[in-house]
Amino acid sequence: MAANRGSWPQRALPVLVVLAAVLLAWYAGAVGLNRAGVLERVLPNTHPNGHTLGDLVAATWTMERPVLPAPHQVAADLWSSLVDWPLDSPRNLLYHAAVTAHATLVGFVLGALLGIALAAAIVHSRTLDRALLPWIVASQTVPVLAIAPIVLVILGTLGFSGVAPKAAIAMYLCFFPVTVAMVQGLRAPQRIETELMHTYAASRWQAFWLLRMPSALPFLFPSLRVAIAAGVVGAMVAELPTGAQAGLGAKLLTGSYYGNTVGIWSALLMSALLGLGLTAAVAGIERLVLRRRGQAGGVK
Amino acid sequence: MSGRARIGWAPVLAAAALAAAALASQVPEAGTVDAAPRGLVAALLAVLALAGWSVQRVAALDGRAWHAPATAALFGVWVLYFWQVGVTLFDVPKVLLPAPAFVAQMLADRWDLLAGDFVQTVLKAVLVGWALGSALGFAVGVAIDRAPFLQRGLLPLASLTSTVPLVAVAPIMVMWFGFEWPSKAAVVVLMTFFPMLVATLAGLASAGKLERELMHSYAAGYARTLLDLRLPMAMPFIFSALKVNATLALIGAIVAEFFGSPTVGLGFRISTEAAKMNMGLVWAAIVVAAVTGSLAYALLVQLERKVAFWHPSIRSK
Repeated sequence: MAANRGSWPQRALPVLVVLAAVLLAWYAGAVGLNRAGVLERVLPNTHPNGHTLGDLVAATWTMERPVLPAPHQVAADLWSSLVDWPLDSPRNLLYHAAVTAHATLVGFVLGALLGIALAAAIVHSRTLDRALLPWIVASQTVPVLAIAPIVLVILGTLGFSGVAPKAAIAMYLCFFPVTVAMVQGLRAPQRIETELMHTYAASRWQAFWLLRMPSALPFLFPSLRVAIAAGVVGAMVAELPTGAQAGLGAKLLTGSYYGNTVGIWSALLMSALLGLGLTAAVAGIERLVLRRRGQAGGVK
Repeated sequence: MSGRARIGWAPVLAAAALAAAALASQVPEAGTVDAAPRGLVAALLAVLALAGWSVQRVAALDGRAWHAPATAALFGVWVLYFWQVGVTLFDVPKVLLPAPAFVAQMLADRWDLLAGDFVQTVLKAVLVGWALGSALGFAVGVAIDRAPFLQRGLLPLASLTSTVPLVAVAPIMVMWFGFEWPSKAAVVVLMTFFPMLVATLAGLASAGKLERELMHSYAAGYARTLLDLRLPMAMPFIFSALKVNATLALIGAIVAEFFGSPTVGLGFRISTEAAKMNMGLVWAAIVVAAVTGSLAYALLVQLERKVAFWHPSIRSK
């Protein structure tokens, strides 16, 4: 893609310009959206004898419960939650991010392993291939996240609580894309390569580990990046109906109950950072593995 | 294949179907007996083995076009059958897993309610949000086509949004646009905009150098080249974004309703009935959502065949 050409200042400059434009639009939007509230509730108290335009703008950017908080308010809220409270305090957003990340990672690892195992079974069994694969592919067109409340109720009735139900939902969201991509990847070797393995008298097991698995890696990693992003959404949604006390999803929900807009936005920012961080971690592992194997590619 | 004679798929399937019917007629109604009779459990295992065998035999078929989908369909029918019989035989509580027949009955009984949810969530929030988000993504993609600087700035950011849980903006949208469907449509717009933007940019860049030079040699201007070459070449990209967006839109609208909604909508139905342990209705609502998703996908595939029938990716199918 065009974005990969040129040295990094050449690549970073357009992105920075766009980001600056977004920030400007955000500040302008904060003035526009908060204006009515400021005129009604703030300025009559602080400036009873009339105000200037500067006062109005300043007030829209520092309001207590704005319709749209200004970026620096969100950043300050996030920062103060990170440094003013200990890590195990529910006021610290890193604590909530860790709770969500824990469930996501447990689900992601289980889902990815399950997906790889099922894909291996599918490429070796015509029955599974024909009976199961069409359903797994079709499930990609269905909003599977909608069954999250059912999974929560079932696991709740069976006595599971805490991280298990959240991880279960993250797991089944991770599992589908990994399976589909791995089936493609394990089938990627050319006929000539499988025949070469055959002439070496390689067993099925050897052909799997020495040929199929390495050639599936370029398919596996992109699907893992998709999977972990889906897993974060799954874990956050799982935190909604349970009345969970911790986790970014719960933080968003309590923020919306109490009309704490700045809190919602900083939780939103934190969840974006969590999604980006986890995906970057998977991309880093991808680069490491592919480089060690000497395979071309890496993050495209 | 070894030399020994094999039983054809038809007798195996017939035997499995007969045994299944016989077992189904013997299963007592749920709740009438304390524990599942041992004989019936053994019979269930026997039918399970027969069913597995029948799937295996049908999967081994080759040659006709219907053979591959037939296996998947047969497998689906068996899953439904064992779900129904197993749940009845072992008297599984409805909270854990309602029988398919019960879900179907719920679907029929509460059709009015679910139709209202469908109109609220799918016809209003999803359709409006999906159309608006996709159209905006497409429009912005075409608009910045001649601004490489903006493209290089926007593309990395737009690609990054796929890793961000965008659906989490739902509480903010509920605050801004209220509990009704526009707040859900706004979430859907945000979720569908970026995939379409990325796909449009990739699609417009996909026309080959050779074709572009041909257009140039025809003295075709920017608009002509865009309309006659680059937009048609972008169609497969745009349609794959439309398909991805259809699923994303359903997810976005349903999950956004978990954050707060009026007392109608598929997401509302799923979350409130799950809280009331009325799982039959929850499953019925999920069936509605699943069928909607698959139908939307199938419709888009058909539309793509009509629009981009000439494209190699379609002709090769």
